[in-house]
Amino acid sequence: MTSVPRARQGRRMDGAAAISLRGAALSYGDRTVWSGLELDVHPGEFVAVLGPNGAGKTSFVRALLGRQPLSAGTLTVFGRPPRAASRDIGYVPQQAALSAQSMLRARDLVRFGIDGHRFGPRLRAAAVRRRVDEILESVGASAYADVPLGLLSGGERRRVRIGQALATDPRILLCDEPLLSLDLHHQRAVTGLVDARRRSHGTAVVFVTHEINPVLGLVDRVLYLAGSGHRVGTPEQVLTSESLSELYGTRVDVVRVHGRVVVVGAPDEPATPPPHTHETRDTRETDGVRP
Amino acid sequence: MTLADGIWHQIFSFDNYGELLTLVRNSLIAGAALGLIGGLAGVFVIMRDLPFAVHGISELSFAGASAALLLGTNVVAGSITGSLLAAGAIGVLGARARDRNSVIGILMPFGLGLGVLFLALYKGRAANKFGLLTGQIVAVDTPQTTWLLGTSAVVLVALVVMWRPLSFASADPDVAEARGVPVRGLSIAFMLVLGLAIALSVQVVGALLVLTLVVTPAAAAARVTASPVLLPLLSTVFAVISIEGGILLALGSSIPISPYVTTISFTIYAVCRLVGKYRTRRPGARRTVPQPA
Repeated sequence: MTSVPRARQGRRMDGAAAISLRGAALSYGDRTVWSGLELDVHPGEFVAVLGPNGAGKTSFVRALLGRQPLSAGTLTVFGRPPRAASRDIGYVPQQAALSAQSMLRARDLVRFGIDGHRFGPRLRAAAVRRRVDEILESVGASAYADVPLGLLSGGERRRVRIGQALATDPRILLCDEPLLSLDLHHQRAVTGLVDARRRSHGTAVVFVTHEINPVLGLVDRVLYLAGSGHRVGTPEQVLTSESLSELYGTRVDVVRVHGRVVVVGAPDEPATPPPHTHETRDTRETDGVRP
Repeated sequence: MTLADGIWHQIFSFDNYGELLTLVRNSLIAGAALGLIGGLAGVFVIMRDLPFAVHGISELSFAGASAALLLGTNVVAGSITGSLLAAGAIGVLGARARDRNSVIGILMPFGLGLGVLFLALYKGRAANKFGLLTGQIVAVDTPQTTWLLGTSAVVLVALVVMWRPLSFASADPDVAEARGVPVRGLSIAFMLVLGLAIALSVQVVGALLVLTLVVTPAAAAARVTASPVLLPLLSTVFAVISIEGGILLALGSSIPISPYVTTISFTIYAVCRLVGKYRTRRPGARRTVPQPA
């Protein structure tokens, strides 16, 4: 297992950056998704990536995973190209990424995270099994370790996904919309797991989300992507009427109510949870895998 | 003897069974090997949603086999050639499911058409022609058995080597790719392995009924277990039972082997479906709802 820094609290700007983007740009043909991106994500730092649909959040994730080459600039993960650093990045994919035909149990998904990329028969099966049990325990998923994923609720499946992502003891946790279609209770459970990991292991967290409020108390910085440009900074710097109005080129009001941020007037209003979110039950149908 | 008795005797006849049994020794050996690789490959056919591809490849395999028959060369080799060409084309052209189905839909009638052409030109025994489509048991002579077993061994080794990353890439392609699994390479590699497995199955159950060996047993197993160990094991056992049972029942009759194999295979699936339904419906049988922490 990789050695990890001990017990880092919150943001640390010293030392090597976990992720470093310099003049990074990404375009598909003539269409530039984002450009001139300068960002260092440090170990133990929690960075939320916000922005409306089509602003390049998914492309950002793909670039970090080395699946989408930049059209300009550089992107390094611990000083290496992202493809070479795949063990260092724990990836929690968006929902519905599982094949509906797969007959997997929770523990199988976690085991993939440990040694699914290796060819040949599995050696040291007992050790792997113990490790799977440890991981499931650490994300509170032991109770349904042997249940097929199709029978799990969205919140349970998200816990298993986080376990899978942590299987290699990664130094970066990359979560793509992990709160989508979860109720408040499960949102807290998921953000709690991610934050606990960051605090205990100094794991850098890149958290792509539509809703800033569930993680507002945890984020150190925000990368706000909009079609016209982007902003990087603390939530207090970026999530203001001036900053977002300038970014969108139209009048946008940012209101803070009871510790929550509400953005009014932005196309797609990414910082505001859709009105139905809190009523949404943590249903099985919403998570892409049919039982 | 009434008509019904006559039909019954055609379907099930065990006269001189002991003597006949020695004739199909090769078939029984080949059947065991086919059951093994059909059952194993089937697990991924289900996971990757490839039943239509299996059918498409088997038609091209039929074309290759009938070309070999016409030219008087090795039928198994012809069948393998057709299979690999089809599997390669589907693998390369049809990475996405939607493209794949159109590619298969285009290749399949072309393959069948070629096969029909070659068989029409062929002047040999009619039973040889029919056998390629609907299966035959005494088709397997000793040199062919060697071919079948050799190719089965290749398929088996390939499946064992790529089992883990292929499972990962099949079930969870996004994360697999992020972890550096060669998802696309594995997809093409699996299509080729599947092509070999299909070419072998064509020899015994015929091109039209390959699905019964490569899809049904795995689908049946998936109904009763989600364990990554039990699933391939059960799938293999089901496939071997179907094919060996089919050979043994078909032995004394004048009917091709395929209806026996398909019926056994289908019965196993039906039973597994019922068992699976019962197990999910029974309260608390497959999962208990944990209390929120």
